[in-house]
Amino acid sequence: MGGYGLYVWGSFGCGLAVLAWNALSPRLARRALMRQMTESE
Amino acid sequence: MSSWTWFHRLASPPSFFRLADRLAPWLGWIALALLAYGWINGLFFAPEDYQQKDAYRIIYVHVPAAALSLSLYVGMAVAGFVALVWRMKLAESALIAIAPVGASFTALALVTGMLWGKPMWGAYWVWDARLTSELVLLFLYFGVIGLWQAFEDPRAAARACALLAVVGVINVPIVKYSVDWWNSLHQGSTILKMGKPSITAAMAWPLFASVIGSYLFAGYVILRRLQNELLQREAGTAWVRELMGKSRV
Amino acid sequence: MNVILAVLTRELRLALRSRMDWLLPLLFFVMVVMLFGLGARPNDPVLAGFAPSILWVGALLSMLLTLDRLFRADYEDGTLEQLCLAEAPLTLTVAAKLTAHWLLTGLPLVLLAAPLAVALQLPAAGLPALVLGLALGTPVLSFVGGFAAALTVALPRAGLLLPLLVLPLLAPVLIFGAGAVRAALGGLDAAAPLYFLAAVLVLCITLVPWAAAAALRNAFE
Repeated sequence: MGGYGLYVWGSFGCGLAVLAWNALSPRLARRALMRQMTESE
Repeated sequence: MSSWTWFHRLASPPSFFRLADRLAPWLGWIALALLAYGWINGLFFAPEDYQQKDAYRIIYVHVPAAALSLSLYVGMAVAGFVALVWRMKLAESALIAIAPVGASFTALALVTGMLWGKPMWGAYWVWDARLTSELVLLFLYFGVIGLWQAFEDPRAAARACALLAVVGVINVPIVKYSVDWWNSLHQGSTILKMGKPSITAAMAWPLFASVIGSYLFAGYVILRRLQNELLQREAGTAWVRELMGKSRV
Repeated sequence: MNVILAVLTRELRLALRSRMDWLLPLLFFVMVVMLFGLGARPNDPVLAGFAPSILWVGALLSMLLTLDRLFRADYEDGTLEQLCLAEAPLTLTVAAKLTAHWLLTGLPLVLLAAPLAVALQLPAAGLPALVLGLALGTPVLSFVGGFAAALTVALPRAGLLLPLLVLPLLAPVLIFGAGAVRAALGGLDAAAPLYFLAAVLVLCITLVPWAAAAALRNAFE
């Protein structure tokens, strides 16, 4: 990356982290919600 | 009036939930494919910029995030407006679903802007017009999220957030203009201007793909979050019970 | 018009009874400026360069202190619910309340800013832009702050949330207000930012009372 590796890989790493958080958090929330609702029934 | 029945049917929580269930996987997979194409090509196969060398590759993360940050705020305000005027529950849930997604992409735009700024400007943070307005935008998102979390009643919370989002979106162009003016006041600064690279097709296609991919990805996440909001709000109603019965089998 | 006058006189009469409510923010403003002076080297000329920003941020923070109380007392004793149900349009009532708030907190800050600017050794060339800017900007603070206070009126711990809601909305006011002073000091024309502040003020006066009234109604639904 011609000396810019830290910045370029850092950016893409942050991008991946944001994508992963966005993809996973609703999934985990759904699971928790389902568990909570079945317990309350 | 019959032409409106489709709209009412769509806006009813159970049918929207089912529609989202069908739509979300498509959005998600197409987004993933586009993002993979855009980022892998951007990282490895696009030619290097003659001025910024490899550092310009941050564009493939930064530009989609920055574009999304503003679009999602506008989208949130539109949902807020609909929620206020037509008292539509679905729009209330949409507003709440968009806020954290928008905030995360705004934060990403800021961080990648800083990582790009270090090699190009020589400093992580420069009081540049665009970076500064992005920072204000992040605080506007935090305001909506903070307000939402402070309320106990979800309907009152959603309507308060809707008002804040609508006022905030009027404020966004004012912030943009003021920051531009503020930045032009001291012209002596020797900020290295980001050279506008004459973009070739090999650079442009991956960028195009990653922008579209990010938008579809945001659409996917918002649909999933919206579904959760609907489940939470409609807990105990017949359709949610039916749905849970199915998921247990 | 009668509604506005009635609400205004009521607010001012109430304020006469509880003087500390509007005197404390002024004391706070003076103290912020004093602390900046103490934080710098004695008679540091650099301080004069930061004077526009110090005075504007000081004014912003002192206004922020008063927001939590703006609708709270009326909310707790039931007056607000009466106002919501009253025949007089809530929008006008809210506009009158916000105007009263400005008269009690904003206007004194404007008047206090000039002597404080002299204490910070701001050159005289910057004074008119500072006072005019604050005169145009503090009503915006009252109106936007009032909107945020209306949004959070039913919340028990609104005080923590208010700065987060208000400050990003007010960033342009700070930029133009402090910028006008710096422009005047630099021998540039300060009219453009002041006109812009005036435009923002007009926008606020026309739009915010509606939004704030809707926010208050939301608190009772």
